[in-house]
Amino acid sequence: MAQDMKPIAQDLHTEEMLISMGPQHPSTHGVLRLELTTDGEVVRNVRPFIGYLHRCFEKHAEKVGFTGVIPYTDRMDYLAAMNNNHGYVITVEKLLGLEVPERGEYIRVIMAELQRIASHLAAFGTFANDLGAVTPLLYAFREREKIMDIFEMACGARLTYNYYRIGGLSGDLTPEMLAAVRSFLDYFEPKLKEYDDLLSYNKIFIERTAGVGVIPLAMAANYGITGPNLRASGTSWDIRRNDPYSIYDRLEFDIPTGRGLKGEVGDCWDRYMVRMWEMRECVRILRQCLAQIPEGEYINPKTPKAIRPPKGEVYVRVENPRGELGYYLVSDGKPNLYRLKVRSPCFTQLGVLPAITDGVMLADLVAIVGSLDIVLGEVDR
Amino acid sequence: MKEWLDGVIAGSALLQGAPREITYFLAMVFFSLLAVGWMAILALSFVWMERKISARIQSRLGPVYCGGKFGWAQTVADALKLLMKEDLIPRSADRLLFTVAPVIVFLSTLLTFAAIPFGDNLIIANLDIGIFFILAISSLAVIGIIMGGWASNNKWSLYGGMRAASQMISYEIPVALSLIGVIMYSGSLNLLEIGRAQAGGFWHWNLFRSPFLFLGGFVYFTAAIAEANRTPFDLPEAESELVSGFNTEYSGMKFALFFLAEFANLFVISAIASVMFLGAWHSFLPWQILPGPIWFLMKAFSLVVVIMWMRWTLPRLRVDQLMQVCWKYLIPISLVLLVGLGTQMWVFSGR
Amino acid sequence: MDIDSIADRLSSLFPGSVRGIEKEHAGDPFLVMDPARLVEVCMHLRDDQEMRFEWLMCLSGVDYPPETIAVVYHIHSQTHGQKLVLKVLLARSEPRVPSVESVWKMANFHERECYDMFGVDFEGHPDLRRILLPEDWEGHPLRKDYVYPESYRGVTNKA
Repeated sequence: MAQDMKPIAQDLHTEEMLISMGPQHPSTHGVLRLELTTDGEVVRNVRPFIGYLHRCFEKHAEKVGFTGVIPYTDRMDYLAAMNNNHGYVITVEKLLGLEVPERGEYIRVIMAELQRIASHLAAFGTFANDLGAVTPLLYAFREREKIMDIFEMACGARLTYNYYRIGGLSGDLTPEMLAAVRSFLDYFEPKLKEYDDLLSYNKIFIERTAGVGVIPLAMAANYGITGPNLRASGTSWDIRRNDPYSIYDRLEFDIPTGRGLKGEVGDCWDRYMVRMWEMRECVRILRQCLAQIPEGEYINPKTPKAIRPPKGEVYVRVENPRGELGYYLVSDGKPNLYRLKVRSPCFTQLGVLPAITDGVMLADLVAIVGSLDIVLGEVDR
Repeated sequence: MKEWLDGVIAGSALLQGAPREITYFLAMVFFSLLAVGWMAILALSFVWMERKISARIQSRLGPVYCGGKFGWAQTVADALKLLMKEDLIPRSADRLLFTVAPVIVFLSTLLTFAAIPFGDNLIIANLDIGIFFILAISSLAVIGIIMGGWASNNKWSLYGGMRAASQMISYEIPVALSLIGVIMYSGSLNLLEIGRAQAGGFWHWNLFRSPFLFLGGFVYFTAAIAEANRTPFDLPEAESELVSGFNTEYSGMKFALFFLAEFANLFVISAIASVMFLGAWHSFLPWQILPGPIWFLMKAFSLVVVIMWMRWTLPRLRVDQLMQVCWKYLIPISLVLLVGLGTQMWVFSGR
Repeated sequence: MDIDSIADRLSSLFPGSVRGIEKEHAGDPFLVMDPARLVEVCMHLRDDQEMRFEWLMCLSGVDYPPETIAVVYHIHSQTHGQKLVLKVLLARSEPRVPSVESVWKMANFHERECYDMFGVDFEGHPDLRRILLPEDWEGHPLRKDYVYPESYRGVTNKA
C-alpha cells in the first residue's frame, strides 16, 4: 500500500495531498481506483480510474454466437446475473420477433425478482460494513444463502447462472422449487423489519448518511443516473412500470422514492432506504407471481436451433437492481452478432462522483461510493 | 504491597538475612513478570471472547476447531503465528520510530496494571495518587499511535495517526472530568480508599450515591471507549476506510504488541469503571459471598462484554461528529455534573 | 411526435442536419445526422418543449469497414415517453465528431469509451483519454481489423 509519497511540508504551510484510494481497498466494492486530492480530511477532487476488470466482453460477443453470449452476460454484474441474462435474451427475442410462453415469462420474473432481493441485500450489507456496522453484512449474506440455494436448485449455479435462453429458459421449475420460494418469502419478510430496527433508524447511521452526497434530480437526469439512485432523488421512474417488458404490466407493485425524510432528497440515506423498500415490493411481486403462474411450456418450441436474426439493430433496456441496463444489438443476418454494446448503469453512475464529492470528508466519500452501489464487473465489462 | 512484602520478609529467616535492596529488586522483577503474564492471559482470553461474541451476534459460530468445541486454543495458535511471522519494516519507514511505537503503546497499558486493585490490599503499587497515575500513564499511548502512523511512511497510516491524535487527546478531558466527580466525592485519589468506601450493598456503590455520579458513570464509560479506539469511535483503525489505519504496515510481533495493548486497555478501562463506580471488589449485597477479586473480575469482565457488544452493533462515527460529541456534548455535560455534585455535597454534607 | 415529424422539424430548424431516415430494417428506425451541427441539434432536442429529450440512454460506436465508423446516440424523453435514435457516420480513417458532453453530462464516460475502443475523436470533450484500457495501450480493440498485440509490457500471450 505504500505509494510514492509527497513529503508533508515541515513548516505549518499545508499542502494538498494526492492519495490513491487504490485498486485494493476494502471499501471500493471491487477494483476501483479513486485518485483523491485532499486537504486534511476534506476531499477536493476525485478522479475515478477504472478498467482493472475489463475483459472486453463486447469483442468476445462477436465471436461466440447469440446463445454463447449468455454466460458472458452473467459475469458482468455478477451480483445481478439473472437480470443481465434477462436483458440480453429479451433483446435478441425482439430482433427475432420471438414470443416467450406464459410460464416462461413468469419463471423469468420470479428469478429476476429473487435476484433483485439478493442484489439489494448485498448492497445493504456492504454499505453497512463500510460505515462500520459489521453485523448487518453477515445477516444479509445469510439471507442470500437461502436465495442462492433456490437458484442452485433451478440451474445448478450460485452466482453465474446461464439460466435464460433465447425463447425461454433452460429448465423448468418444479413444485418443490416454488414451495422453496414461498417458504423463503415467509422467512424473509420479518427480517426486513429487523434490519430497520437494527440499522436504518440508528442515530449514528443517520448522521453518517443523511444529507451526504445529495444528487439533485436535474443533475441525476443529466448524468444518466437510473435505478434506485434516481428514484432516491425524487422521481418514480422505473422501467418495469414506465416502459414495461415481460409481464410486469400485469403485476401490482409500488415504486418507492426518496422523500428526504431524514435529510435532503437524494442523499445516501434515501438511496439506502429506497433499496430497503424495494425489497418489500419484490416480495409482493413474487407472491403475485407464485399465485398466478400457469402450467405450460417454459421455452418457445419454435425457437430456431441456429439463431440468426434478420439484419437490423435494436436497443432494449431492463431494470437491473442498479439501474437501467441497456443492450444495443446490431445484427447483419449472420450466426454471430455484429455489435453488442451494453449500457451499464454503474459505468454511467460513476461519472457523477467528481461532481458530488467536492468538499466532503473522507469518511463521507466512502459512504457515497457505497450508496451508489457499484459493481466493477459491470463498470468494466 | 510494600507492607505485605515487609511482612513476608519479617516472617522468613532466609529473606531476613539478604540485603533489603536485592530482595526488593527480586520482588519487583517477580511482580512485573506477573503483571506481564496476567496482561497477556487477559488479552488472549479477551480476543477469544470477542471472536465468540461477535460470531454469535452475527449468527455464526466462531472458532470451534482449535482446542475442542469452544476453540479456546485458537488465540494461543494465533499468538504463536504472530510471533513466528517475519518482522517486516518497509524500506522507506523510519526504523527507530517504527519499532518503538508499539512498545510505547504496550508499556503505557502495562504500567497501569501496577496500580489497579484486584481486591482489598491486592495491588502492586499502593500509590496515594493512584487514579492520577493511571490517567497520566494511559495517555502516553497517544504518542505511540502517532509515532506508528507517521513512521510507516504511508498516507493511510498517517490519516490513522492524525485521527488518533485528535480523538484520544480530546477525550482525555471528559474521562478526567467524570472521574474528578468520584474523587471529589470520595475525597481521595487512592484507589484502595475509593474502593473501601463502597462497602456494603450495591446502594453504597458510587454509581448510585448521587444522580450526578450516575450520569458521570455513563460519561466516563463513553469517553473511555473513545480513548480505547473502539467502535463507534474506532476511526484511527477504521477498517473500511483506512485499511487498518496506523496498523497497516505492522505485522508479526509488533502488530501483536498493538493488538494485545488494545485488549488489555479494555480491561483497564473496565477495571477503573468498576473500582470508581461499581464498588470495586465488594459484592452487591452486604455479605461478601465470594472472595473480593472474583467480584472485581466479574464486574470488569461484564463491562468488557458490553464494550464488545457495542462494537458489533453500532456503525462508526465520522471524525467531525466524533469531535462534536466530545466538545459539544460530553465536556459540557461533565462540567455540569461536577458543579451539580459539588453543590449536592455542599448542601447535604457541608463539605 | 414520430420520427418523421421530428426529422421534418429538425430539417426546417437546422437545414442540412438530417441526412436521412433509415426504416427498412428490423428493429429501431434511426436518423442519420450531419456531424457538424450535432451539438446544436442535440441541445434543441433536449430543450424544446415538444421534444424534451432529457435523457441520453446510450452512446456507442459501430465499425463498418472499410469506410465508415458510426456513432449511435439513443435518446429518450421522460416527459413525452418517446425514444429516438441518432446515427452519425464518420470517415474511418479520421473519425471526428463534436462531443455532446455539454448537452448530456452522461456522455463523458461513454465518449471516452468510444474513443478507447474505436479511436473516435470527440472534439470539445474535456478529458478525452482511455478509460477501460491502460493509458499506453496501442490500437483500438473493437475495430473489425484489430490485431491482438503479441505482448504488453513484457507479458506475452504465447502459451
